[in-house]
Amino acid sequence: MAESLLRIEKLSKSFGSVAACRDVSLEIVPGEIHALIGPNGAGKTTLLNQVAGDLTPDSGQIFFAGRDITQLPLYRRSHLGLARSYQITSVFPQLSVEENLLLAIQAQHGHSYRFWARSLREPKLRADLVLALEQVGLSGRAEITAGNLSHGEKKQLEVGMALACKPRLLLLDEPMAGMGPGGTVELSKLIRRLKEKMTILLVEHDMKTIFSLADRITVLVYGEVVMTGTAGEIRGNPVVRQAYLGDDDEPC
Amino acid sequence: MYSHFDRKKICLCTGALLLILLPMLAALGGEPYLVSLASRILIYALAAVSLDLILGYGGLVSLGHAAFFGIGAYVVGILAHHDFEGTAMISWPIVIPGTDSALVAWPAAVLGAALLAAVIGALSLRTSGMHFIMITLAFAQMLFYFFVGLESYGGDDGLTLFSRNTLPGLDLGDDTQFYYVCLGLLFAFLLLAGRLVESRFGLVVRGCRENDKRTQSLGFPTYRYKLLCFVIAGAAAGLAGALIANQIEYVSPGLMHWTRSGIILVMVLLGGTGTLYGPVLGAAAFLLLEEGISIYTEHWMVYFGPLLILVVLFARHGLYGILVGKGKRHG
Repeated sequence: MAESLLRIEKLSKSFGSVAACRDVSLEIVPGEIHALIGPNGAGKTTLLNQVAGDLTPDSGQIFFAGRDITQLPLYRRSHLGLARSYQITSVFPQLSVEENLLLAIQAQHGHSYRFWARSLREPKLRADLVLALEQVGLSGRAEITAGNLSHGEKKQLEVGMALACKPRLLLLDEPMAGMGPGGTVELSKLIRRLKEKMTILLVEHDMKTIFSLADRITVLVYGEVVMTGTAGEIRGNPVVRQAYLGDDDEPC
Repeated sequence: MYSHFDRKKICLCTGALLLILLPMLAALGGEPYLVSLASRILIYALAAVSLDLILGYGGLVSLGHAAFFGIGAYVVGILAHHDFEGTAMISWPIVIPGTDSALVAWPAAVLGAALLAAVIGALSLRTSGMHFIMITLAFAQMLFYFFVGLESYGGDDGLTLFSRNTLPGLDLGDDTQFYYVCLGLLFAFLLLAGRLVESRFGLVVRGCRENDKRTQSLGFPTYRYKLLCFVIAGAAAGLAGALIANQIEYVSPGLMHWTRSGIILVMVLLGGTGTLYGPVLGAAAFLLLEEGISIYTEHWMVYFGPLLILVVLFARHGLYGILVGKGKRHG
């Protein structure tokens, strides 16, 4: 197996007496789409938050491209090539769509201690901005205040901001949540296209999407890794079936 | 969209023209006293615009902004005091004499306020929300009591300036010339701040206002950006302080009392948060109302209070919002 891009070793995190993450170890190899599934409260988002740097783990280590990033501050991680989208959309509601994307683009173009030139008019940023808008299909909505976008459009913008960071590893936290069927198909296509350029760690409830997109799947239950394998292996595993896929009810 | 833009342009041009012509109008109307009141408005406007930079764009509610205003005034006051007495301000390890030159005293006031803002900001920006309000308030009050206790510089009574600062080629003692200096500085800062909020730096600061964590995850060390913004605002308030010391030719701890911070905050709210030009309107409205109503009663706040409540309740972007209309503001 190729050298892993992300290696998580014995990661633990508790909130009070609740262990949201117990001795989780995981490896993600370059170029794969790795999905994280598990019932509600299994600790998927907690795990993602620790990788992204929003949460500091209680114990364990996280290596990104061979480098220990466990204690690295949030803002430094994006420069290494880690970007994420949030489960609860967190675009900047009072900024326009283009300003939202621009902020992400700016982060990739050196420091932002520039006080005079209008950043919307900087040609270097502008070129990236046009691409970023096209990539997520928001070209026609550039000047709209982000807070006024529809839910689906906010999701698109959210993904667009993560992409503008030009990540090597993209963390997507339930990108499909709350999207209509049309949006889900569009986004699946986008993710498949992105696969050629970057590695993706995907948390998602929508089983159909996961089985069609993911190269490998890790199942989390109560903060512990039950198993990691291909879609076929996961489907066939009796433990997983019982823990997660057993019921016909939509697990969410 | 375009008609709104035009309306904004018309409002701004009219306002600027009115301010430029004001001394002549006052002379024509036989009310030269108005020029001095107008200078006072410009100075408070400068302080209010600087507060709007951190409040409206950075989302940081500071109740200690008068500390920077006051320190700027005291730097000018203390330097003038030593110049008048012919003593050295600092005699060891290097000798720093006093001065009455605006070219030295004003930059010193700006620098002093910026340094103070760097210290206060570095500590208070580690908190947010209510804690941030309380910490900035506490720092300002500490400084207030420090100057109350500073007997060598007049303590509670403050310092009286022998005369206004000197500026080559201009006579600041002349109210009209002083007015134009204030106006020039206010215009310059408005231009600077207007560009600042649309620059790369400004966009990061506005991002912090909306979602600090998210801005960090995009790759920005937000603490440093907010601190720098806080320092820029503090420095401008220090300049306003230097001007007010010259305008009233007197400095006292009252300039940095927390109620003064409150007044500047009210000017921003009244004029329109996050609009830059609004606080100029807010300062004008506040000081004119104070002047107008206090002719009839010394309890002028009784009448001013309800007005403020109405504006804050019904005009989200203050007087500026009413004047320019809805639509896209700066932020």
